[in-house]
Amino acid sequence: MAAAIELSGITKRFPGVVANDQVNLTVEEGEIHAICGENGAGKSTLMKILYGMQLADSGTMKVHGREVRFVSPTEAIAAGIGMVHQHFMLADQLTVLENVILGAEPTKALGRINFEAARKHLREVGQAYGLTIDPEDLIEELEVGERQRVEIIKVLYRGAKILILDEPTAVLVPQEVEELFRNMRGLKEDGATILFIDHKLDEVLAIADTITVLRDGKTVATVKPHEVTAHDLAELMVGSELPTPETTESTVTDQVALDVDSVTVLDEEDRVLVDDVTFRIHRGEVVGIAGVEGNGQSELVDAILGTRLVHRGSIKLMGEDITVLPVRERRERGIGYIPQDRHREGLLLTAPLWENAALGHQTQEPFVNGIFIDRTGSKTRTEHIRKEFDVRTPNVDVHAHALSGGNQQKLIVGREMTAGPIVLLAAHPTRGIDVGAQGEVWDDIRLARSKGMATLLISADLDELIGLSDTIVVMLRGRLVATLDPAKVSPRELGAYMTGAKEGAA
Amino acid sequence: MSWAKLPAWLRWALYAAVGVLVLTIVQRFDETGSLTAAGSSQSMLRWAVPILLAGLGGLFSERAGVINIGLEGMMILGTWFGAWGAVVYGPWWGIVLAVAAGAVGGLLHAIATVTFNVDHVISGVAINILAPGITRFLSSEILTTLPGGSITQSPRVPGVGTFTLPILGGGSLGAWQSPDFFGWLAGREIFLISDLASLAKGLVTRISWVSLIALLFVPFTAWLLWRTRFGLRLRICGERPQAGEAQGINVYRYKYIGVVISGALSGLAGAFIASPELSGIYLEGQTTQRGFIGLAAVIFGNWRPFGVLGGALLFGYPFGIGLRDLDGSASHSLILVNAIGLAAVAVWAATRGKRRDAVLALVLGLAAAAWYLSSDTLPDVWINILPFVIVLIVLVFFAQRLRAPAADGLRYRKGEH
Amino acid sequence: MSLPRRILLALAAPVVALVVALAMSSVVLILSGSNPLEAFGDMIGHASRLETMVDILNRATPLYIAAVAVAIGFRMNLFNIGVEGQYLLAALVAAHVGALVNLPGPLRIVFILLVAMAVGAAYSGFAGVLKVTRGINEVISTIMLTAIAISGLVAYLIREWQAGGAIQGGVARVGTTPIPQSGLIPNLNSVLEFFTREIGQGKQLTGVLVIAILVGIGYHVLVNRTRFGFDLRASGINPFAAQVGGVPAKRMVVSAMVLSGAVAGLVGMAEINQVGFFPANPIKGLGFTGIAVALLGRNHPAGIILAALIFAFLDVSSGVLQFTGAASREIVVIMQGVIILAAVVAYEVARRARERQEAKSAAEALGDVKPSEEAA
Repeated sequence: MAAAIELSGITKRFPGVVANDQVNLTVEEGEIHAICGENGAGKSTLMKILYGMQLADSGTMKVHGREVRFVSPTEAIAAGIGMVHQHFMLADQLTVLENVILGAEPTKALGRINFEAARKHLREVGQAYGLTIDPEDLIEELEVGERQRVEIIKVLYRGAKILILDEPTAVLVPQEVEELFRNMRGLKEDGATILFIDHKLDEVLAIADTITVLRDGKTVATVKPHEVTAHDLAELMVGSELPTPETTESTVTDQVALDVDSVTVLDEEDRVLVDDVTFRIHRGEVVGIAGVEGNGQSELVDAILGTRLVHRGSIKLMGEDITVLPVRERRERGIGYIPQDRHREGLLLTAPLWENAALGHQTQEPFVNGIFIDRTGSKTRTEHIRKEFDVRTPNVDVHAHALSGGNQQKLIVGREMTAGPIVLLAAHPTRGIDVGAQGEVWDDIRLARSKGMATLLISADLDELIGLSDTIVVMLRGRLVATLDPAKVSPRELGAYMTGAKEGAA
Repeated sequence: MSWAKLPAWLRWALYAAVGVLVLTIVQRFDETGSLTAAGSSQSMLRWAVPILLAGLGGLFSERAGVINIGLEGMMILGTWFGAWGAVVYGPWWGIVLAVAAGAVGGLLHAIATVTFNVDHVISGVAINILAPGITRFLSSEILTTLPGGSITQSPRVPGVGTFTLPILGGGSLGAWQSPDFFGWLAGREIFLISDLASLAKGLVTRISWVSLIALLFVPFTAWLLWRTRFGLRLRICGERPQAGEAQGINVYRYKYIGVVISGALSGLAGAFIASPELSGIYLEGQTTQRGFIGLAAVIFGNWRPFGVLGGALLFGYPFGIGLRDLDGSASHSLILVNAIGLAAVAVWAATRGKRRDAVLALVLGLAAAAWYLSSDTLPDVWINILPFVIVLIVLVFFAQRLRAPAADGLRYRKGEH
Repeated sequence: MSLPRRILLALAAPVVALVVALAMSSVVLILSGSNPLEAFGDMIGHASRLETMVDILNRATPLYIAAVAVAIGFRMNLFNIGVEGQYLLAALVAAHVGALVNLPGPLRIVFILLVAMAVGAAYSGFAGVLKVTRGINEVISTIMLTAIAISGLVAYLIREWQAGGAIQGGVARVGTTPIPQSGLIPNLNSVLEFFTREIGQGKQLTGVLVIAILVGIGYHVLVNRTRFGFDLRASGINPFAAQVGGVPAKRMVVSAMVLSGAVAGLVGMAEINQVGFFPANPIKGLGFTGIAVALLGRNHPAGIILAALIFAFLDVSSGVLQFTGAASREIVVIMQGVIILAAVVAYEVARRARERQEAKSAAEALGDVKPSEEAA
């Protein structure tokens, strides 16, 4: 029998980079096939090519032995391929039903949508795979796990037999991952072929029938899980051992740097986003906030940074009340910020690097000279950041968009660290960057911590959270529901607190 | 059953009924008959039609994710081609040419914004600069050769004709002159009922066929966008085009269609402005920002067709009143209506705990009341700007509550996420 | 990318736009039975005469100021479409008040300028306040405010403040009370004549040109060199990043609108200083054309100079064509429209080309052809 998917010699270039270089991949019918590789190894590009969203520069694709050429997802869908994207492809303002049927709408005369038939089919698919969801809910009302279920239903609704899942576990807690894996096994039993991307090695070893490792855009190995260890896989992925976020000795002092006292934050409609949250961070301490996305963590960070109003409660920085100060003054007093989405909140993509290095510090030395921007001072400082933090760029005049993700992140980290903040707010500081850059960012945070910086860390990567933090607090529906010692908690346990399955002392 | 669960048309109808009640009371108080006269509602409808058409145009475009500031320019193309076509080939040809010209304007906007990814507002502004240039050149080349035409105006433009609804409005069916129910009711002088009937008579008497088409387009748009496959696919382009792309939908095509429809409707709006319903002539500069008022109606209507209709009637009313108001007394009464409206907004805001809105509405309302009491008529310059002031005031209280399609105005490129 | 190459790329787009406009208008001219070569020949032939040049500079001056006003907003993605209303209202009030106060010459000049800036700033700033406090899109509000200013406030005030009129060149012109000669900015004829021959036909080179130059320099320094300018540009490129970078978003919106309006207030100074009062039928449309000039000039202080000269040349040529009869004078409005549409498209294409080029050269310079999904 022919393989479900056979890719050979796939090459894809983008300006200045080769994302896929002669990639070969064979996925057998009815198996769960994992694609491993660090960020930037070319996994997502490969999947997009397979799904018709990108066109390969060269190479051939076969589905069930038949050579195909997809110029849009339409052909991929017709060939029985479905894809669950890492960033969910859902419209928040539309209902579950509308999102699911989009592109495969059952119609009556005049192009009218047959909503009855659609609901019926949706129910059948849901029942068949044990995935239930109310078709009339708006997507914006759903939680992350539910949204993922909608994405999977969307694919099954079209009768796809080959499923591509792009980093499906990235936003899930361990319990949800287990549930997802159960679903995947169920789908496999029903005859589906699953191709999924992951870089968490224990997960890959637990579920995959076959593992293909990509590195620098090339296929480096295809192995069976029983033949290898996590250590071997890491070796294959990055050519060395994976860096770990572990910190050694405690540097926590008894001086309180940030004091958050009974802070409540509301949204425009007066719904509670952050509910009476109290905690302290000492100098030299890293406090990690664990929580499923959308439980108020980012709003809490916004409130500390000053981009969101504090409804009740107070925030003190080194003993001084900053609750009502504008963002600029807080930053001048020593709050640093690494945003979770560097393109949205971190960079001016169409401005030169030296201006990016000044952003957030444009009122401070050496970026400013009276009311004027000090261009020389700014460029010198940027050069310094470039060397110190290993930002790979030809010079500091290129625009930020020309840099790779890892280098952009290093620039942001360098910018914030060089300013010597008292408190650093770090939201997912290593999201989407390669292993090398990841290790460097961890080193930077550890070094600053030893010099007395207080850090508030938010991360969906529970290993990172447990490894870097001195204290972990868990946030659920806007409240702090548990305070945990990272030395004594496992990711699984942490996940239980995050979903509310387990309760603790706040 | 909660208010929000009522069907849109019913909610808007109830809003309208309350509005008429206010007009009736003011009218009694002020002793002007013209606020609820059949002529007033007729005039309101006429002035509302171009705003409605432009607004529906804006709706199609923005639901597909493209902001269309160029509505005004496309409307200008519509006025010229509508007038010229009507003069040379007859009124219906005028309509056809105006729609085509507007659609070409929309096509230009689509090429710039969808294919070349130009900022939507910038492209719209460019079209608003280009369109009057084109019409002016065409006038100099063509209108000046027509008897009665000049570089700034056309000869008299013939209209497509009107009809009166039988039975309700007293129109004839074949040779039979049907009764005039609303007219009869209006003559009975029953408080509110007669006023409603009088306004209703205006809405069914001597209606232009184009007005009828425009009004029918409202439910048609609602059906098309929310009940059909085409509509769902068009809306995904305004909410999350990448999601559409991932399901194999050709986002570019739907955006093109949305923007071209938008231009076509604006062109029709232009033809209507130049038709005898409103002016009966092409006159340079005659669109007077109504494309933008159409956009304001889209915002006021929360990007929904019946809401756009509500906005168009609301914004068309002061225009209509002002036009018939030779001595400025009706417009003067309208200030009192505004004051009452603002008071209502104040109460509404107060019940929702929006203190600042309530205070602001109260202050503005008191100012309007004071102005009303301290004068007898409204000078013509103020009549001219009243509609624009009302648009601003309405936006002051409503712009924030509403939500545009999530990807409205954002650049989109296939394969980029 | 090397500097000459950068400049070449920057100039390629507007040149393409001009060529497209020339081609399109040639087609239109041929279709309407005129000879494009003859028409363009007439336009260029006249433009090389000193008097026509003075006309062009006089026209370019207010266009430049209007374009800078628009550009200030554009730099932070604010669309002040209402320069039209702001300048007319500002000029009217400034002319009226300026004629009434009793101040010695130079002080009166400064006073008039300040009043004009203040009125423009207030009117435009109002739209900014509406945006940050009530969430009203500035495109809609500035358009509505312009309609209110022109058909309402200006129409009303010009009637209230009408002062009979003045005799000028044997023609009675109606408007506000005339400003004493000492309160008007002197013309620059003597300066220009120092370099050239005597200017004929009673043409006067407006002294407001000096103000336009100062506005241009001020704009450049403010936007490209100061902290405020940094905040402004950062907000324009990425408002979210600017906000977490400490830029007070709301205050920036209001400041930018106020600043834009203040500059807009100066647009009408050219006419007031030429006529001596605010005429009942002032030159209109400078604000709208200013938007086009800013777009063509890419909001760049020097780019706008070129754009203003091109538009002024076309405006003046319209009169030339009427005079020579080579073609319909209205062809220039089509040219202006086509230029602007072609330019915005060409700029966008050039921008993408430049970005691709930059990403490539950045990767090449590092010899680091590392695969990356981020660059996709």
